[in-house]
Amino acid sequence: MARFVARRLLAMVAVLFAISVITFTIFNVIPNGDPAYRLAGKSPTPDTIRQIRHTWGFDKPVPVQYLKTMEKIFGGSLVSYSQNLNVDDQIVQGIPRTLSLAIGAGVIWMFFAIALGLFTAVRAGRSADRLMTALAMVGVSMPVFWIGALMTYYLGFKAGLFPNGGYVPITKNPIQWAYHLIMPWTALSILFIGVYSRVLRGNLLDTMSEDYVRTARAKGISERRILLRHVLRNSLIPIVTLFGLDFGAVVGGGAILTEKVFDLQGVGQYAAESIAQLDVPPVLAVTMFGAFFIVLLNTVVDIVYAALDPRIRLS
Amino acid sequence: MSTPPSSLAPPILEVRDLAVSFATDQGIVQAVDGVSFDLRAGEILAVVGESGCGKSVTAMTLLGLTRSPNARFAGTATYKGTELIGASDAQLQRIRGEEIAMIFQDPMASLNPVMRIGDQIVEQIQAHEDLPDERAHERAVELLQRVGIPRAKQRAGSYPHEFSGGMRQRVMIALALSCDPSVLIADEPTTALDVTVQAQILQRFRELRDETNAALILVTHDLGVVADVADNVAVMYAGRIVEQGTLDDVFYDPQHPYTWGLLGAITRIDRPRRTRLPTIPGLPPSLANRPQGCHLRPRCPHEHEHCLQSPPLVARVPGEDGHLDRCWLEPERKRRLRELEPGEIGLRPKDVSPTKPTRDAA
Amino acid sequence: MAIDPAAELPSGLDVEEIVALARRDGDKPITGVAPSRLALRRLRRNRGALAFGALFVLLVAMCLAAPLYAKHVAHTDAYENHLTETIKLHGKVTDVVSDSGVAIGPTWHGRFLLGADESGRDIAVRLLYGGRTSLEIGFAAAAITILLGIVFGILAGYLGGWVDMVISRVMDVIWPFPTVLLGVALGTALAVGGLKIGPLEVSGSSLLIPILIIGVIPSPYMARPLRGQVLALREKEFVEAARAQGLGPLRIMFSEILPNLSSTIIVFAPLMVANAILLEAGLSYLGAGVQAPTPSWGTMISVGVDHMVTGPHQAIVPGAMLVLTVLALNIFGDGVRDAFDPRAKVRTVK
Repeated sequence: MARFVARRLLAMVAVLFAISVITFTIFNVIPNGDPAYRLAGKSPTPDTIRQIRHTWGFDKPVPVQYLKTMEKIFGGSLVSYSQNLNVDDQIVQGIPRTLSLAIGAGVIWMFFAIALGLFTAVRAGRSADRLMTALAMVGVSMPVFWIGALMTYYLGFKAGLFPNGGYVPITKNPIQWAYHLIMPWTALSILFIGVYSRVLRGNLLDTMSEDYVRTARAKGISERRILLRHVLRNSLIPIVTLFGLDFGAVVGGGAILTEKVFDLQGVGQYAAESIAQLDVPPVLAVTMFGAFFIVLLNTVVDIVYAALDPRIRLS
Repeated sequence: MSTPPSSLAPPILEVRDLAVSFATDQGIVQAVDGVSFDLRAGEILAVVGESGCGKSVTAMTLLGLTRSPNARFAGTATYKGTELIGASDAQLQRIRGEEIAMIFQDPMASLNPVMRIGDQIVEQIQAHEDLPDERAHERAVELLQRVGIPRAKQRAGSYPHEFSGGMRQRVMIALALSCDPSVLIADEPTTALDVTVQAQILQRFRELRDETNAALILVTHDLGVVADVADNVAVMYAGRIVEQGTLDDVFYDPQHPYTWGLLGAITRIDRPRRTRLPTIPGLPPSLANRPQGCHLRPRCPHEHEHCLQSPPLVARVPGEDGHLDRCWLEPERKRRLRELEPGEIGLRPKDVSPTKPTRDAA
Repeated sequence: MAIDPAAELPSGLDVEEIVALARRDGDKPITGVAPSRLALRRLRRNRGALAFGALFVLLVAMCLAAPLYAKHVAHTDAYENHLTETIKLHGKVTDVVSDSGVAIGPTWHGRFLLGADESGRDIAVRLLYGGRTSLEIGFAAAAITILLGIVFGILAGYLGGWVDMVISRVMDVIWPFPTVLLGVALGTALAVGGLKIGPLEVSGSSLLIPILIIGVIPSPYMARPLRGQVLALREKEFVEAARAQGLGPLRIMFSEILPNLSSTIIVFAPLMVANAILLEAGLSYLGAGVQAPTPSWGTMISVGVDHMVTGPHQAIVPGAMLVLTVLALNIFGDGVRDAFDPRAKVRTVK
């Protein structure tokens, strides 16, 4: 176990390094991307440009710039180009919002995906299965920002059922917290419910033809118990991996489209806005933040996986 | 051992004209076609045949394990007055495990990989008896001890992959025995095991029969296993029983050319060793497209004027009333054929041997 | 007895076993049906999938006919604005775009059939032209994904060793990373600066940029399963035989192994196109995909989302068209997958 964690930590460092180098390179090799010109405002003199280059360190070689930036990220002193705001502070502000989105949506999508997966697998091939499968397909085929915009307009703006935008911390008022988040949760979940219920349906059908399910049936236990204790239990194991990856991605700011369309002002939206302004420091920091969560959740997934399946050994 | 221990007792399981077919992409597969047999308490019945002859489907159908929208059933199987083929799900659920228990071929795949084996046994006990967890668990440990698992108390907490093949099969047996069933169905129980373990498992079966007087249906392709433990034998080919009788009837006076072929294919230490074991040439027919008349016809070197008509399963040997077979040849002629070539009664496909042996025409 | 194609056979008796029973034939030569023929037969039986496949073809045809529609029905093009024009509706003269900036909704007339956008452009015309863009990106990007997937999958799977190491590690890093985040970073960077590879220069507004990004990023989803398959194929007898004949690794990889991957590639193709169309929309919404004023479903939805309150039709129309197209592809693709591998696990691409 200790060796496993140590190896994972090492891998995490490697991944973070790779991701940061890639991101840094993308934004440093692009032509016309010289941040000094953008920082200098309208009609800059060559002197101002030189001045800016010097204060921001743009005159140094790229590897040095990279190291300096990394040093600042971990030191908490990195500031953005556009408004000179501390990047780490901005991310920390976004974390509760993004985390709220991820947790709520995660619960909803897993719950409905399991329910729908079971329902369609048990009725495989019948019209109820076809209908629900088609619905799941519609869910996967919709751009999340489109359905989000429709929801804010029809349910929020026109019907006034839910508040449009705004975030209430859970510590302040849990009911308002959920009330304000219910539309983003739903919009984000629709996609994942579609994907997960289909995967689970396939897994369930595969597991149902396993020999041990036949044994369970021959034991004389109820179909319901066979389905839950034997079929579902074993079919959920691969889903856990998928969930870990997707949940990690959302926590890490991957649900950019959802955050933006509902104006959640979480980490993902911060990333999107920084990217649009070619504001390299926040982009770097957010990508590393995201990668950190993805690798972390991956490790958690492997541990949970080993706990769920006794045949797996952590190594 | 020519008669089963209690042949006078009424049968606990009566199977009559059982037929099972499946609809597939490749057409309709007639997996079982008109199978009938009786099973009495304490009897060990071996159902023998090559893979794909319908023996496993027969066994699983008795417990309703082949039910599916693409399966069709005909005939009856009556267990102590209860009809199994048309039984409701609730009826079947009660009978499964408690009255009729099944042991499957591959114990690795047949045990849930993520459940402790103790829990898997407890689950079956509690499905049929209202026992508290502790009592059920104690019972599971006793069962594991009874089938010869050392340190059963600790091993009950292990997962299937932590056992060896033979030990896993013992776990399967313990599982099957956990509710004292009257009928045990074992589908190729020893196929995955090596010979010494196989002998131990078969020994357990005999002992269990003696202890509990349960009846056993042993589904196997291994005639060595049959010779070891069976009282009665049914030989299946292409979905049908082609020969049926006591062990002695079938082994010492085989009536069907297919049985001759099977018997010719086992090693005999009392005969001089041959360089190659005789095998049955050709392959069993597709169950979706079986030959007309006698299903063995394309592989059988012998001929009779009625071969194109399906032979009935009837007693043909005088004095052996329980010995049934599905071959048109007269018993007298068959005896002569067998004497011509003792120990070498293999089957030969017509198109493989360039000249048909003239003695067959005799 | 009719076959219920969707019904599973009883557990423990799997389809292959039953089919094997049916196939075995002692006295007749085995008249095997080629797997692809069998798959085609299965697909032909799946009417739902075929109907959605036909719908997709229809949608593509409609988009291809965009110039015809623009010229002969709407009498305008995708860029012409009619800001100051009026249109007669129910005998009443109405501004195409009102003074307060409200664009006209669906009129069901030749021009402005589906309304106008806030710049007074004909939405129906833009919808069809936008469809051409989105579909072009969808097909081209999917082609790149599949091509890269094949190359990397085969190289990693067949050559093994350090080649496999490098390719697999890179895929490991990209695999879990949010597609949109990576795409938006690349898209923005390239949209600002364009792309310079040697003498080749691509301007920031070129469609090649979204095509490349949307094509490259999902390639691990294609390469990974192919690599797994190649690993298994590498050990097969026919590969051994090819090697024994003295065929070079390139020959073996692309003329011996590649044909055996065709069913996987066919199964993935429609799903990849659907995915690319969705990703175009997402990136365009974030300003990192197709650049204005070029119409695409993604850019049209993005503009529409900003004008939801004054003219929801601007978002609903292109969105509905996109959903219909992607849905048609997904359902058809699902049918193809079922046909090629009736027991396949659903392998989805996020």
